[in-house]
Amino acid sequence: MSQLLGIPPQALFGQLLLGLINGSFYALLSLGLAVIFGMLNVVNMAHGALYMVGAFVAWLLLTYAGVGYWGALVLAPLAVGLVGLALERTLLRRLYKVDHLYGLLLTFGLALIFEGAFRHHYGVSGQPYPIPDLLRGGTNLGFMYLPTYRGWVVAASLLVCLGTWFAIERTRLGAYLRAATENPTLVQAFGINVPVMVSLTYGFGVALAGLAGVLAAPIYQVSPMMGSNLIIVVFAVVVIGGMGSILGAIVTGLGLGLLEGLTKVFYPEASNIVVFVIMAVVLMVKPAGLFGRER
Amino acid sequence: MRGGSPKILLTGALLLLAVLAPYALYPVFLMKVLCFALFACAFNLLIGFAGLLSFGHAAFFGGAAYVAAHVVKEWGWSPEAGLLTATAAAGGMGLVFGLLAIRRQGIYFAMITLALSQMIFFLALQLPFTHGEDGIQAVPRGHLFGLFDLSQPLTMYYTVLAIFLGGFALIWRAVHSPFGQVLKAIRENEPRAVSLGYRTERYKLLAFVLSASLAGLAGGTKALVFQLASLTDVTWQMSGEVVLMTLLGGMGTLLGPVVGAAIVVTLESYLAATSLPVPVVIGAIFVVCVLVFRRGIVGELLHRLPGKGKR
Repeated sequence: MSQLLGIPPQALFGQLLLGLINGSFYALLSLGLAVIFGMLNVVNMAHGALYMVGAFVAWLLLTYAGVGYWGALVLAPLAVGLVGLALERTLLRRLYKVDHLYGLLLTFGLALIFEGAFRHHYGVSGQPYPIPDLLRGGTNLGFMYLPTYRGWVVAASLLVCLGTWFAIERTRLGAYLRAATENPTLVQAFGINVPVMVSLTYGFGVALAGLAGVLAAPIYQVSPMMGSNLIIVVFAVVVIGGMGSILGAIVTGLGLGLLEGLTKVFYPEASNIVVFVIMAVVLMVKPAGLFGRER
Repeated sequence: MRGGSPKILLTGALLLLAVLAPYALYPVFLMKVLCFALFACAFNLLIGFAGLLSFGHAAFFGGAAYVAAHVVKEWGWSPEAGLLTATAAAGGMGLVFGLLAIRRQGIYFAMITLALSQMIFFLALQLPFTHGEDGIQAVPRGHLFGLFDLSQPLTMYYTVLAIFLGGFALIWRAVHSPFGQVLKAIRENEPRAVSLGYRTERYKLLAFVLSASLAGLAGGTKALVFQLASLTDVTWQMSGEVVLMTLLGGMGTLLGPVVGAAIVVTLESYLAATSLPVPVVIGAIFVVCVLVFRRGIVGELLHRLPGKGKR
C-alpha cells in the first residue's frame, strides 16, 4: 500500500491529522460561542481576540514569570475568564434590553481594541512558544508519524468538549442553565440568581477560548492576528452546525477540520474556502443548520 | 413635508461647500471621504431602512475595486466602462450573497454575510489576476467619456463628487418611494408586512442587490482615485469599519453615513501621524457608540430638533 487514492498515505494521514487539530480548535471555539449565545444571545465577536489573549498570557507567563506550559494551561484560561467576567459585568450587561445586533457590534469593538493593543506592543511577527518537555517527540504508528503534542491537543480538546457537553446536558447545573435560556424570569422566580449565571457563562465561554489559545501556542506562532481569521471560519462552523446546539458545535467543528484537511490533499487551492462553500450549500438545503432548530 | 425651504437652503449650502472644498482641502483626501461616504450610504440602505445588518459589505466594495482596476488596467477599458462593470459585478455578487443570506435573520444574517465575504477575501488572496499581497497597482485613470482627463486632480474630484451625488440621489429616491416604505415596514415588523401581502423576501433581496451595487460603485471609484485595488478593502475589518461609520453618523438617517465616513476618514488620517494605534481608537469609539450613542450624530440632532424625529 504505497498509494491511497493516488496519494502517499503519509501525506494523506498527515493532512488529516492537521485537519483534526484545526477541527479541535474550531470545536473548542464554536462550543464557547454556542454556550455564550445560548445564555446571552450575543454573538461574541471578541472570541477570536480572547483566544489570542489566552495564547499571549501563556507566552507572557513563560517569558516574564517563568511559569511553564502546565501552569499556563490553568492560569491563562482563568485570566481570560476573569477578563470576560469583567467585560460582561461592565459592558455587555447594558445591552440585553436592546437589539441583539448591538452585542455583536460591541464585541467587534472589543476585538479591535484587544488586537490593536497587542499589535501595537508586539508587532505582527509571531513569538515562538516551546513544546513542553513531557510532550516532545512522537510515535510511529506504522502508517504515519504522530507528534505527541498534536495528539495531546486533539485528546485534550475532545475531553474538554465532551466534559462541557456532559455538564450542560446531563447535570443539575446544566439543567438550570438550559432552563434559564428558555425562560430567565421563571428560573429567577425559583430563587436562582440568573444574572450571576449569565456572567459565569460568559466567563466560562471565553475561558474555553483562552484554553484553546494555550493549546495553540506551541503549534502556531503566538501573534496578535492569530484569532482574527480563525474566528470567521468558526462563525461559518456555527452557521453550519446550527447555533443552539452544543453537540452541533463539536461535531461540525471536528468534521469541517477534517474536510479542510482532505481538501488540502486533493485540491489545495480550495482549502481556505471549502468551509464557506459548505456553508452556502447547507444554507440552501437546511437554513437552520445541520443540528439547529428553526426559531 | 414641512419646512421645505430650510431644507433646500441646507442642501444648497452643502452642495456649494462640496464644490468649493477642493480649493481649501487636499482633493485626494476629499475623494477618499466621498468614496467611503457612498459606501456607508449604500450600507445604510440595508441596516437603516431594511434592518438588515450585513457584515460582509467589504466584499462588494473591495471586490468591485479589483474588477474596476483589472478591466481598466489589463483590458484597457475606459473609466466609465470600468465603473459600470465593477457596479454590475458587485450587484451580481450581491444577488448570490443575498439569496443565501436572507434565508436567516438578525445575527445569523450578519454571520452569513461575514463568512461569505471572507470567501471573497481568500479568492482575492489566491486568484492570479488580483496579484495577491501586491494588489493591482498603477491603474490608469484614463479619460472620462474620452473627453475629461482624470489625471487632473480637480477633474477627478468633480467626477467623484458627481458619482457620489448620483448614488446619494438614487438612495434618496429609493427611500422616499413606496419601495422604501415597504423596507421600513419590514424593519419595524416583518411578520406584519408579510401579513399585509408583501413578499418581503423579494424586497429584502432587491435592497441587498441595490446596496451591494452602490457599494461596488464606491469601491470601483476608490480604485480609480488611488489607482490601486488591494486586500485591505476586502478584509472583514473593512466591513466593520463601514458599520462604524454608519453607526457613528446615525443609522437610518440619510446624511448620517456621510458625516460618519467623514469623521472616521479624518480621524484615521490624523491618527496615522501620531503614535496612537488606530484600531484601538476605532474600537473604543465603537464601544462608546454602542453603549451610549446608538442614535449617532445626525440621529441625535434630529431627535433633539423640536417636532422632528419623534415618531
